Amino acid sequence: MSELLTDIEAIRAQFPILKREVNGKPLIYLDNGATSQKPQSVIDAISHYYEYENSNIHRGVHTLSQDATAAYEDVRKKVQKFINAKYDHEVIFTSGTTGGINLVASSFGENLVRKGDEILITAMEHHSNIVPWQMLCERKGAILKVIPISKEGEIDIEEFKKLIGPKTELISLVHVSNSLGTINPIKEMIDIAHAQNIPVMIDGAQAIHHIPVDVQELDCDFYVFSAHKMYGPTGVGILYGKEELLNDMAPWQGGGDMIKNVTFEKTTYNELPHKFEAGTPNIAGGIGLGAAIDFINSIGYDFIGEHEAELSRFAVSQLRDIKGLRFIGTAKERAGLVSFVLDGIHPYDTGVILDKLGIAVRTGHHCTQPVMNFFEVPGTVRASFAVYNTKQEVIRLVEGIERVKRMF
Amino acid sequence: MVGTVGNIERKEQEIIDEFSLFDDWMDKYEHIISLGKELPLIEEGLKTEDLLIKGCQSRVWLHAKLENGKVIFTADSDAIITKGIINLLISVLSNEEPDAIVNADLSFIDQIGLKEHLSPTRSNGLVSMVKQMKLYALAFKTQLNNPS
Ligand SMILES: Cc1ncc(COP(=O)(O)O)c(C=O)c1O
Repeated sequence: MSELLTDIEAIRAQFPILKREVNGKPLIYLDNGATSQKPQSVIDAISHYYEYENSNIHRGVHTLSQDATAAYEDVRKKVQKFINAKYDHEVIFTSGTTGGINLVASSFGENLVRKGDEILITAMEHHSNIVPWQMLCERKGAILKVIPISKEGEIDIEEFKKLIGPKTELISLVHVSNSLGTINPIKEMIDIAHAQNIPVMIDGAQAIHHIPVDVQELDCDFYVFSAHKMYGPTGVGILYGKEELLNDMAPWQGGGDMIKNVTFEKTTYNELPHKFEAGTPNIAGGIGLGAAIDFINSIGYDFIGEHEAELSRFAVSQLRDIKGLRFIGTAKERAGLVSFVLDGIHPYDTGVILDKLGIAVRTGHHCTQPVMNFFEVPGTVRASFAVYNTKQEVIRLVEGIERVKRMF
Repeated sequence: MVGTVGNIERKEQEIIDEFSLFDDWMDKYEHIISLGKELPLIEEGLKTEDLLIKGCQSRVWLHAKLENGKVIFTADSDAIITKGIINLLISVLSNEEPDAIVNADLSFIDQIGLKEHLSPTRSNGLVSMVKQMKLYALAFKTQLNNPS
């Protein structure tokens, strides 16, 4: 126990922002589902790039450009190892999860989907994994079908099987729900889909920092995530795709780096991964992602997973005793967050008062409006945990909620 | 005309004075909460989709009508703090002439220490609410200037 405590203190010490006060109170940051805080090593990696290596990549013969290119491409290899991709060219840098999904919808989807075809998603998707498919379906006259969820916030596998039909061309699933915390049985679902030769894309935005991801073991066709939810910077993310699928896909955006040869008559495209990386990327962001992966590896998923699970369990056990509090999302397999509503108190009101107490939670629909409609709530209060959070902070949250209740 | 603008400012000053009595945020918020609970600000029947101002966090319904050259606002929200602040906005802006409403700067919200509620990052619908109030006023002003 004391060893664990020391570890958390040592981990916390790496995050400068955690020393900050908010409204005169020590910051308790429980909005990690939206974005996590950054350790000093990530911040340093980004400033080191700007201080010592800043230059454009892939195009300069000069030293700075070669150093920057090497640093950036090393991160690609680091990501490859991190998610166990077969090749480093299966790792595409994007602007984030949303960027990755849009790339797949616009390139892979554009080619694949025809009038009357069907795309399957779940009822617990983030808007980022709904809207790009809706847009594609609208362009193509295809149909978006939704796998229902139970009152606990779990996918009904039997319904899922029933929804798969001869017209199903693609399935896109969230790995861990950002509003319910549910960990979906994606391996089982991928196997079911593959038995019918249907490709599966996984939105890993809320999974990658909680659970080790092995894309070969999962056998998913695409996997997307954002750096900023895993202790890295904003504006950068990863699209993993199987080599053969990526090779068959047309580039999405045109411009520098994605071309091999341009004449006014015909342009030939660069190879993977560069054909999907048009223009100057977020180089500093990519380098920061590399540092974030080092940070996660330095602690290890065993510790991270166990600590966050313990925090969640503790939070549930403490919050359960609060009268008038109802959990939204009670799936058996859950990760890193609690989502709830208070009887007669709007989530917005709760959030405002908690903020005054220095406690940052997320309130609202969490970009999953269909989930809120399903549970018939205007939104929820969500406390989402990271490795630097403590039980003491959970206790402060509980006290904060008691205070909110007294005020309304 | 100048007199009307002064009217709004006077009402703002009253609220600033009232809030200056509270020493800490708790008391301020408890007051806002009681303002929010005070009254149904809008009839249920008026809470229709076309009166809804969508913010990311809470929903606000706003209704406006012109009576004797003055704009009468009623509004409601599902969140109580929002409702309390709306109550303040309405007590300042309602029953005033369109022109005065269009020109009101509403700096009292900032001065009573609630600036965060009117900053766009809060995305709570209040920024859109003020905008919508001014749009109504502008429309009534045009209507008054061009009687059909
Ligand atoms: C499940 C899920 N998918 C997608 C996203 C979008 O991620 P980004 O905004 O980094 O593109 C989020 C972020 O909130 C998320 O939680």
